[in-house]
Amino acid sequence: MSIIEEKKGVSNVKVVTANEAVALAVKCAKVDVVGAYPISPQTSIMEYLTKYIETENLSMEIVRVESEHSAMAVAMGAASVGARAFTATASQGLLYMAEMVYWVGGSRLPVVMAITSRAMGAPWILGNEHTDVLLPREWGWMVLFPEHNQEVFDTIIQAYRIADKTLIPVVVGLDGFILSHTTMPISIPDQSVIDSFIPKDVPKPYALNTSNPFTHGNAVHSNVYLEFRYDIFRTIEESEDLVDQVDKEWEKLTGRSYGGVIEEYLLDDAEVAIVVIGASSGDAKQAAKNVREKYGIKAGVIRLRSIRPFPVKRLSQIASKLKAIGVFDRNMSPGLGGMIATEVKFALYDLKDKPIVQSYIGGLGGKDVRIVDFEKIFTELKEIVDGRIGVQRVRWVGLDLAAVDSYFEEV
Amino acid sequence: MIEIKFLGRGGQGAVTAANLIVQASFKEGKFGLAYPSFGAERRGAILNAYARIDQIPINVHQQIYEPDVVVVLDKKILQMTNIVEGLKPGGSVIINTNRIPEDLNFDGKLFIVDATRICLDLNLVISGWPVVNTAILGALSKATNIVNINTLVKTIEENWKGEIGKKNSQACLRAYEETYEVVLKNLVRG
Repeated sequence: MSIIEEKKGVSNVKVVTANEAVALAVKCAKVDVVGAYPISPQTSIMEYLTKYIETENLSMEIVRVESEHSAMAVAMGAASVGARAFTATASQGLLYMAEMVYWVGGSRLPVVMAITSRAMGAPWILGNEHTDVLLPREWGWMVLFPEHNQEVFDTIIQAYRIADKTLIPVVVGLDGFILSHTTMPISIPDQSVIDSFIPKDVPKPYALNTSNPFTHGNAVHSNVYLEFRYDIFRTIEESEDLVDQVDKEWEKLTGRSYGGVIEEYLLDDAEVAIVVIGASSGDAKQAAKNVREKYGIKAGVIRLRSIRPFPVKRLSQIASKLKAIGVFDRNMSPGLGGMIATEVKFALYDLKDKPIVQSYIGGLGGKDVRIVDFEKIFTELKEIVDGRIGVQRVRWVGLDLAAVDSYFEEV
Repeated sequence: MIEIKFLGRGGQGAVTAANLIVQASFKEGKFGLAYPSFGAERRGAILNAYARIDQIPINVHQQIYEPDVVVVLDKKILQMTNIVEGLKPGGSVIINTNRIPEDLNFDGKLFIVDATRICLDLNLVISGWPVVNTAILGALSKATNIVNINTLVKTIEENWKGEIGKKNSQACLRAYEETYEVVLKNLVRG
């Protein structure tokens, strides 16, 4: 059921920010314990949760701590005894938390964490950028990245299902400010639907229990560490199908699905496509429509919903039909390219009929990314396909080169 | 799709105004999206908030560069920035002011309302600041009819219960009554 249909009969539609959508999903997931420490643009998630506890008599426990490091330690402790755990952070907060994030990944505890993306200092900055959300993809976590407020709600619920099944913790990333602080209508399913989708009485072989004592994460020898890491690798690699399947099962219950690991937009006859994640995907889709109408460019959008598992299988199927892909990264791997472009190239290298892949970087630190920026990417991709311009290691979006020169002349 | 740009100062409630217009539109079966422009928000600083309204769900997140409507919550902003920058030809500008701005010239309609006076009369003042957001929404409804005044009043009273909700809906209604169009002199159509 879409929001439009739902509006006719059912009243549980709310107009909320994406941060409130996260908090509502955490409430509906009946999370037991939340480790809470404030940082923009995440803070209002915790504010909404405390409001629900205060006004709705929830049994959820929010533990206010002195740092993000401890916020994740709280989530880890709770998950270790089989409680459903959540936390949220961003930017510098994630960096400070990092040690415990890695530890939870290694411990195979089904924690879910929201990261409202934000660039990192220095210099001091509040604006949106995806580098922080992408970091835990190397830390033994799955990383999902929804596009809009409804999908944020739905993905938090899906994340608990995936985490409980795989014993891999899940990050749900959402664009700081341009989603976290944006108000949109969302539909909230009946509590019974959510309860049946993510039951709490699932097997928890890892749950610590004083009547049958054992420990987590103790010292091991190097003869088993590699095997532990291999199992994390294998589990995440194999969960590409699981992410698809969970999204399909959610559709059966709610009528909403997002393509699993990848949302495909106007790709049936496409020659060129942009790979993009998060909120700007909507602008990229509008640009694809525009360049089809204006210039007849057969343009489409590949929206990655899942960064870990990286959708190698599905991306390969899609890419083999395309002539060129532009990967728009709102992050960077200094001196190399966009982080996702790097992974797209790795995923497609062995493909027989592989498309040209052009890395684009823009929007760092919250610089606005416009529909016309995506239109320009599409026209450039077409020019690359036609042999009129070449591929560069990186093409920059919205970069003011004159400003770069003037700053460094002053220095 | 209608795009609305609110220009205000931190503390005047521009962000809340953008949110309320989306909530109210949704009640009328339309879809919307509202968001603030970002920085280290602080009281008194100039800030923008945006709202988009359409018959279908909206999923475009770029900032608004060519608004259909510009709403100015503080007359001093007229001296600080070009408020009609990017305004679509024939678009509407709504200004909270007690004086007709003399030197404004653009292709579109100008509406004014003394929302500050209305808020002072109703004692809608927080920490010394008249909070003009609900009043200016009444003006927006009168000027553009993007959303019906009754829907706005209902939305406001759902967001704030009791006396404070009543005061805000009164401000909205009074602004609706007192908003009027000013005929632009020396208009050069583009």
